[in-house]
Amino acid sequence: MSCDCEEQNTTDSNIEAVNRRSFLTKITIAIGGFIGTVLAFPLITAMLDPVTRKKDTSWRNVGGLIDFEEGKTKMVSFENASPYKWSGEIAYSAAYVRREENNKLTAFSVNCAHLGCPVRWEEKPELFMCPCHGGVYYKDGSRAAGPPPRGLHTYPIRIVNNQVEIETQAIPITNI
Amino acid sequence: MKKILKNIGCWLDDRGGFSDLLKPLTTHLVPPESTWNYVWGSATLFCFILQVITGIALGFLYQPSVDVAYQSLQYIENQAFMGSFIRGLHNWGASGMVFLMGMHMIRVYLNAAYKYPREMSWITGVILMVITIVMAFTGQLLRWDNNGVWSAIVAAEQMGRIPLIGDSLAYFLLGGDTIGGETLNRFFAMHVFLFPALLFSFVGYHLYLVFRNGISEPPKAGRLVNPKTYKKWYEDMLIKKGVPFFPDAIWRDAVFSAFVLIVIVCLAWFIGAPELSSKPDLTNVNSNPKPDWYFTWIFALFALMPREIESYVMFLGPLLVGILLFSIPFLSNKGERSPLRRPWAIAGVVFIILSISSLWYVGIQEPWSPRFDAKPLSEYTTVPDASNEIKKGIELFNTVGCIYCHRIGNQGGIRGPELTNVQNRLTKDQMVIRIVNGAENMPAYGGSLSKDELEAIVVFLSSKEKQSN
Repeated sequence: MSCDCEEQNTTDSNIEAVNRRSFLTKITIAIGGFIGTVLAFPLITAMLDPVTRKKDTSWRNVGGLIDFEEGKTKMVSFENASPYKWSGEIAYSAAYVRREENNKLTAFSVNCAHLGCPVRWEEKPELFMCPCHGGVYYKDGSRAAGPPPRGLHTYPIRIVNNQVEIETQAIPITNI
Repeated sequence: MKKILKNIGCWLDDRGGFSDLLKPLTTHLVPPESTWNYVWGSATLFCFILQVITGIALGFLYQPSVDVAYQSLQYIENQAFMGSFIRGLHNWGASGMVFLMGMHMIRVYLNAAYKYPREMSWITGVILMVITIVMAFTGQLLRWDNNGVWSAIVAAEQMGRIPLIGDSLAYFLLGGDTIGGETLNRFFAMHVFLFPALLFSFVGYHLYLVFRNGISEPPKAGRLVNPKTYKKWYEDMLIKKGVPFFPDAIWRDAVFSAFVLIVIVCLAWFIGAPELSSKPDLTNVNSNPKPDWYFTWIFALFALMPREIESYVMFLGPLLVGILLFSIPFLSNKGERSPLRRPWAIAGVVFIILSISSLWYVGIQEPWSPRFDAKPLSEYTTVPDASNEIKKGIELFNTVGCIYCHRIGNQGGIRGPELTNVQNRLTKDQMVIRIVNGAENMPAYGGSLSKDELEAIVVFLSSKEKQSN
């Protein structure tokens, strides 16, 4: 009889051990998951800093109205919106400002609408030309030739007290 | 003395377990016919090790900061002892890794080594390929010269074509609205910490799989892979005629890696890394961004594709290629492995190699790129005894940009047709129509040329003896 009892006991303790093990497995996985989540937090936070930091768009002065001749296109540069302090020269973007009659100003992005390469303004034929894949635009920014799917992107521009101001924008990204 | 050294050696091995660690190499059996076609993977691994070491070396010299990164590269290139050689090694090591990875992939595909039970080797291989490409690309920006910076913008633009999340991805890549102080730090953290960590993990797992499933035996036409019996057949074959990986197989890996090393050292010493372009400056538009050679063919593709579908190809293309690569082991994981019985596999590889090579070839020529530096035609030598009108036409040809895209003799760009003998192909009226209205790849000049100017250009183009100076 006693033998049976002992066997019974062993089976019971076996079941107990199995239960204990499955509990320990679950709790280890849960704790591991918790640790992983906590550790992932700083990594993700740091990577998303450009998203979470405070930023704004602002108007930048790019010169007096008299600096821009009617019927001419001129390249200007201006500081981007809220750059990090250590950005140095890379914090500056460029745009082409064209002045037409009646003080009508347009600011074109220098980035080709195809893949973002810098377009050059060719004074005589009044064309913007891209060195990368041969995109060409007319003086009003519309597509003239080559692969760009659209015309040049523009920046908001305004005249305040005879000063020309451009509103900083993201690098124009062409979407489908 | 000898005894003491021996004792130290024994102690180290007993407590450190070095023999136990290396023993599996000597007992791991491989098919005896796995010879010189099996060195591509290990050579890729060798390049990876070379990249880690030269990368650490560059890490000691490089300043990952926007205001001085370019200066530190100048220092590495011009002043540091062996600096330009180390940079050359890292550059050509990257090229070697991309190239050998391609060869490894082709070899595995042609021999259908991805079939049962090695599907996971292929899948991790594809992941490794993606990480390697990311490493190659992020490294290009770390040069922090004008070329590298504009290349990052080109990449951001490509991501922008992805529907819905494109802008966010571009924002995430650049670390903001534009290239800025944050961009370099992000690329540095990705190139030096994040992706190498992933690379180490996946390389480790990829190698583990090689040991676990064994090296695939060279295929024999007619010997089919049957998932039910393959493992047993493979083990029996190894027991019967397998040879130990160390040293019977690994010596070839060593020889080939040494050869790769010699080639890379020579390239680094005699050719070196690509010359640094000017200091990064987004307000300097006189820049002509070009990718490193392994991306040149993609760059060419973007120039040649019909523009109506290009935006879609830009995101659907990589997506479809990715899906196709991942699904290869699921499309057929059993049956014939020999390339002799898989003609379509050979045709596919040949087609891809030919397409990439030809794109690569035109990518180097860049016929679509206007030649801003084309030497102007001279009015005195281009047409002998030119009238005033022709002289005016020649001058306009230079200044309104015709010469950027059209050749006369051997001067000028090659985007548009050569115009040396255009008088034989087009009448004056046809020329006028073309110049005024433009074409798909030529701007219309109707708005910017006066009637006289147009006439002068056409008279020049119709003259018979046009030559370069």
